[in-house]
Amino acid sequence: MDWRRFGLILLIIIVLFGAVVLVGYTRSSPIIIITSMLATTIAVATPLTLGALSGIYCERAGVVNIGIEGMMLFAAFFGWLAAIYMFHLFGFEKWPSIIIGVIAAILSGGLMGLLHAVLSVTYKVDQIIGGTVINVLAVGLTGFLNRQLFFGSGSAFGGDVPNSPGTLVTLHFPLREIFNPICGASADCIEIVRAINTVLDQKPIAISAILLVFITHYVLFYTRWGLRTRSVGEHPKAADTVGINVYKMRYANVIIGGMMAGLAGAYFTIESVSSFEPLLTNGRGFISLAAMIFGNWTPIGAWTAALVFGASQALNINMQLFREIIPPQWAFLRQSYVVGLVPYILTMIILTGVIGRTTPPAADGVPYEK
Amino acid sequence: MMTNENTLPLTDDIVLEAKGITKKFPGVLANDNINFDLRKGEIHALLGENGAGKSTLMNILYGLYQPDSGEVIVEGNQMQLNSSRDAIQHGIGMVHQHFMLIPVFSVTENIMLGAETDHRAVPNEIPLVKLDRKEVAQKVADLSHQYGLEVDPNAMVGDLPVGVQQRVEIVKALYRKAKILILDEPTAVLTPQEAEDLFRIMHELTDKGVSIIFITHKLKEVLSAADRITVMRSGRVVGTVDPRETNEAKLASMMVGREVILTVQKKPAEPGEEVLQVKDLHVRDVRGLETVNGVSFSVRAGEVLGIAGVQGNGQTELAEALTGLRHIESGHFTLDGKDLTGKPPRPITETGLAHIPEDRQRHGLVLSYSVADNMVLCDYYLPRFSKGVVIQPNMVDANARKLIKEYDVRTPSPYVSAGKLSGGNQQKVIVARELSRPVKLLIASQPTRGLDVGSIEYIHKEIIIMRDRGVAVLLISAELDEILSLSDRIAVMYRGQIVATVDGKEASREQLGLWMAGAHETA
Repeated sequence: MDWRRFGLILLIIIVLFGAVVLVGYTRSSPIIIITSMLATTIAVATPLTLGALSGIYCERAGVVNIGIEGMMLFAAFFGWLAAIYMFHLFGFEKWPSIIIGVIAAILSGGLMGLLHAVLSVTYKVDQIIGGTVINVLAVGLTGFLNRQLFFGSGSAFGGDVPNSPGTLVTLHFPLREIFNPICGASADCIEIVRAINTVLDQKPIAISAILLVFITHYVLFYTRWGLRTRSVGEHPKAADTVGINVYKMRYANVIIGGMMAGLAGAYFTIESVSSFEPLLTNGRGFISLAAMIFGNWTPIGAWTAALVFGASQALNINMQLFREIIPPQWAFLRQSYVVGLVPYILTMIILTGVIGRTTPPAADGVPYEK
Repeated sequence: MMTNENTLPLTDDIVLEAKGITKKFPGVLANDNINFDLRKGEIHALLGENGAGKSTLMNILYGLYQPDSGEVIVEGNQMQLNSSRDAIQHGIGMVHQHFMLIPVFSVTENIMLGAETDHRAVPNEIPLVKLDRKEVAQKVADLSHQYGLEVDPNAMVGDLPVGVQQRVEIVKALYRKAKILILDEPTAVLTPQEAEDLFRIMHELTDKGVSIIFITHKLKEVLSAADRITVMRSGRVVGTVDPRETNEAKLASMMVGREVILTVQKKPAEPGEEVLQVKDLHVRDVRGLETVNGVSFSVRAGEVLGIAGVQGNGQTELAEALTGLRHIESGHFTLDGKDLTGKPPRPITETGLAHIPEDRQRHGLVLSYSVADNMVLCDYYLPRFSKGVVIQPNMVDANARKLIKEYDVRTPSPYVSAGKLSGGNQQKVIVARELSRPVKLLIASQPTRGLDVGSIEYIHKEIIIMRDRGVAVLLISAELDEILSLSDRIAVMYRGQIVATVDGKEASREQLGLWMAGAHETA
């Protein structure tokens, strides 16, 4: 990630946050607005971050993955389904059901990764078509099963969607407990600690996503696995001549990539809300791809890009809180679709030039023939 | 002079031996009962034309192919080489013609790839083991020092010149403790200076006990660098000879199977009017650097002007500018009296330009198109081949069959994709397309690069025929021998300028070499 790009990201985030502060400062203090924006940004950037990591694992190994969207949707559905089945039909407690749901989401993502690997590595199907197959399959299959299992005649739940066991809870970071005694009677100090705590208290998948960014960075650039993964994505023949099994490396990385998308799927139906609706991923998989490209196929770069998209969604969410107090000359901002367009407009702007040159792995999308 | 290899004195310091190797591919007998041996510390050249079976044999020795019959013996033990990994373990290293290096990796990363923990006392097989870049870089530095192969372990491979990349490949093999080194066409991509440097390195390696198999089709090189020469032709070993007891002509006839005329037969030129005039041309390269820096010259009908120079002194950009492929910053050129500066390729071609481009696969042919389609790329839209906007397949077919016969293109059919042909035949397709049109000027850039002796002979003959027909020929070549044998006048390019022009008959190798190296004060 070069400085120009980093500066651009910082600028966009400042503009987005600044806009909300400008509108809402009469009602809440800027520090509260900014920390709540930050907290929302990190949370909603989670599926984008994980989606981008999914793309990075696949494409660094030389397999283009435009099926992230489908993998997420698939995993969101099956993770949620597994949690419900565990809870209602197999009599598991709430928490084991939820955790099994998350695991099921990861595994179903991995399964979609395996499918993509079979298509693109073994059968050398055009990888764009392979990815599209996954996207179309996920939309069709999840929509169909959702209807059949819950609303079809003779469905296990009698034509009604049962309550899911719930969502993952926010993990409290004990900052307040540590610092409040030190702050003593200073109200400002307590206020600041509380604000920071608002940002740090996140749900488990959001925290895992950030950890995975740094883990992926380490794996890709500091370990044997990463060196070999990047070599099969850059020049598979060179890797082959030094005894690296190109097919094995590609399979493994595409499956890992699928599992990342699977965890992103779990975010939608197990962490963020506890319900499923058809098409709920709503293009996030494609925005993740944009984040991956913006980040030049690096985990940290992609994460910062995901944060920009997250910030634009946070803008949308927070603007709604201040809808009535938007000054009349900016009345058009009261329409939620105006602000709701921001993430998509940003994607277009960012992908059509402002990012400058990015270089994908040299053998990205090229099947390897021995 | 020519001895059967069985009668060579048997020495017990043979490190690698191939016995009765036979390998069939569908429709081709690539290796037919090959016997080959390599002694410790020697450079054994394997000479043969493209398609003679050299690469197949080397791929068998390197474990990439398995022979149908025959055995490979490494240091007295019969070996089953199932993969390149096996070959590496038995001390065999290979430097491929197209380097197996990753441009965006550092030298150290390229060398350690696949052998990441081999420098440790106890190699580690855990996938997530941390890379010890510093330790390996140190080891690479030690190795390159020990064998006189200067490389910077921390440089990015993509930033290095080709000659240095080749050294990285050699260090990569030595890092894997190779005692036997297979160099596949190592000089094909090198400048003459880099090639000299490589031969020095090869001798340094053999002095330290490394044995080298040197695959090539260049006769001069084997005579100067090899200790023994084995010649292959159509899948068989023709013989093994001592370089001191043979010469270029004898080797060439062994390779081709008939007498080959290595010196070009030509009568004195009869130059006519000036066909191409170039005035103070300035051209920038891809990176924006001005690599053609005020060049002026002219070529007359019926003469060959050779442009000599080390690669990268502006010849590529000069040819691209004159063929309409590159923007001209300033200056101009006229072809047949017409100022064509800044015109796109089509009007230039229609005025009478034939172009044999430097990179035949990228700029000369559409590899995925058939031979027949490639043969009409310049004039498919003319009434000869098209009625209105519709191309007439029967005319294209007739044209292809005629040219294939006339120019002796070896292809199973006119509808094989051009990418499937050998290098020599690809070049013949280009030559046929370009020279069968009415032309006034031929620009030939590196016309014989990477070709075998037979094809070189053929292309040279065609160039002289065109000259004798009154075509002006601009020959750009990094091969000094080619320039000397074909040119009526020779211009030397150095750092984007023409530093000297001499008559072809009066030019000497030594003087041209000095000019090419930049010593133009002596001019």
